[in-house]
Order: sequence, then structure tokens, then C-alpha cells
Amino acid sequence: MKALAVLMLSALVLAGCGERSQQMAGQQIGGSVPSWQGPATAFTAPGWKAGDQGSWIQHMQTRAQGQNEFVRIAPGG
Amino acid sequence: MARMKFICDAERCIECNGCVTACKAENDVPWGVNRRRVVTLDDGVPGERSISVACMHCSDAPCMAVCPVDCFYRTDDGVVLHDKDVCIGCGYCSYACPFGAPQFPSNGAFGLRGKMDKCTFCAGGPEVNGSEAEFEKYGRNRLSEGKLPACAEMCSTKALLGGDGDVVADIFRTRVVARNTGSEVWGWGTAYGKPAQGATAKPAKPQGSK
Repeated sequence: MKALAVLMLSALVLAGCGERSQQMAGQQIGGSVPSWQGPATAFTAPGWKAGDQGSWIQHMQTRAQGQNEFVRIAPGG
Repeated sequence: MARMKFICDAERCIECNGCVTACKAENDVPWGVNRRRVVTLDDGVPGERSISVACMHCSDAPCMAVCPVDCFYRTDDGVVLHDKDVCIGCGYCSYACPFGAPQFPSNGAFGLRGKMDKCTFCAGGPEVNGSEAEFEKYGRNRLSEGKLPACAEMCSTKALLGGDGDVVADIFRTRVVARNTGSEVWGWGTAYGKPAQGATAKPAKPQGSK
């Protein structure tokens, strides 16, 4: 009787080891590669090198400055 | 690292809807979904203003907080994106968003609500950059091509500014100093807040609105 109780208790405790992983299967969220890695295609804007983070950041800041007409017209013009 | 943000200069927006059209065309956005739209404040009242509104890619995005399946993520550039393979179309993000950015296409004969669709800052999704699968689900990935969002680059009056937050804020500051008016930026405080306090739960009340 005692052995049976020990056996049942062991089975109950060990049942926890069989719990399935709650990790979400499939694609990892946010697994996309950073924009600065490109890839370089026919549509890629000239002026930076795909895969070079520094040149991408510099290029994007320069391109954003293209929205500033104050740098495109003469002062007071 | 760049921190991508939008600014809409209400003093310049002429309500041409060029940004809306550019977004729809560039990303092949389906019927019934407008990732970007132009909103008029105090319509018909002297001093009315128009602003172009889309996902602002908030610093403390409420959509990310409420999503029950955790389908949102933030890129290194601060762009808030989501995975349509994980989204269940529950609409919680739609209720949480202060800008009304999340859109839901109606699919099928009974108008079933599809997976959420929103502005991606032209940064695509979790698929391979520039791939056909990415385009089908999220539209163009212009950032990986070294370009800014189509809406901002197409804006004829340059009312809508998009890009690195420091750069666009500097451009806007230069304008305000030059014209000495129109310093209010709708949605900026709501979306980006101050680093210490985070974003507020309610949208900033526009000046002069009822």
C-alpha cells in the first residue's frame, strides 16, 4: 500500500516534467533584418552601400534634409 | 542610430491628399483601407487646419501594450511593425491607438474583419527585405532601399516630414523661427512624449478645437 502511494506520488511529481513548452512555434517576431542591410537592388537609392550601417544612417539624414527647402534656396531669396 | 518619426506641419498642409494617394499606390493598399488620411480640424471655421495622420510609431506604443498575441515589434530605427502571420484581427490595437491608425480590411462575402493593416513607415515587415512576400503583406520596403516614406517624399508643400526625429524636428524648428507662428505639432507629444514621462494616453487637444 505504501509502495503504491509512493509510486503514485512519484508519477504525480514527475508529470510536471512532461509539460509542453509554451514557446510560440514558427517565425520569431521581429526577426526581420535591419534596413541598412539592404539588399541592394535596382531600386536602391544611390549614395550609400547596402550592409554599411554608417553610410545608411548618413544617407537617410541627408535625404531627410531634402525636405528642408531652407537649405535649397539662397538666404533671403 | 536613427529614430524615425513623422511631423505634420499644419501651417502648410493644403489637404491635397497627395500623401494618401502616394501611400495607397506605393504599398498597393487594398480597397477600404487607408493607412494615411488627411483630417481637417475646425472644418469651415476661420483658421481651420488640416493634418495628415497615420501610425506615428509611438515611443511607448499603446498597440504593443494591448495586443493579446504580441504581434508587434519595434525595429532598430524605432519603427513599430507587426507580424500579420500572428495577428488575429481582434481590433484591440484599434481601440488603444490615439491616432486611429490600425485598419481592418473586410474579407469575404460576409465582411469578415481581416488582419490588421497600418502604416509601416515604408519599412515592410518581418519577411525578407524587398521580397515579394513582404510586398504582398505590408507593401514596399523603402527604408531598405535608402528612401524615406513615400507620403513624406511626395508631399508637395513639404507639410509632412518623415525621417530621423532629430532632422525633421530641426527642419520644423527652422520653419517656425522663420515664420514666427505655427509651432504646434499635433500628435507629437502623444506619440513621442518626453523620455521621463512617456507618451500620454489621450491625444493632445488641438489649439482652438471644440
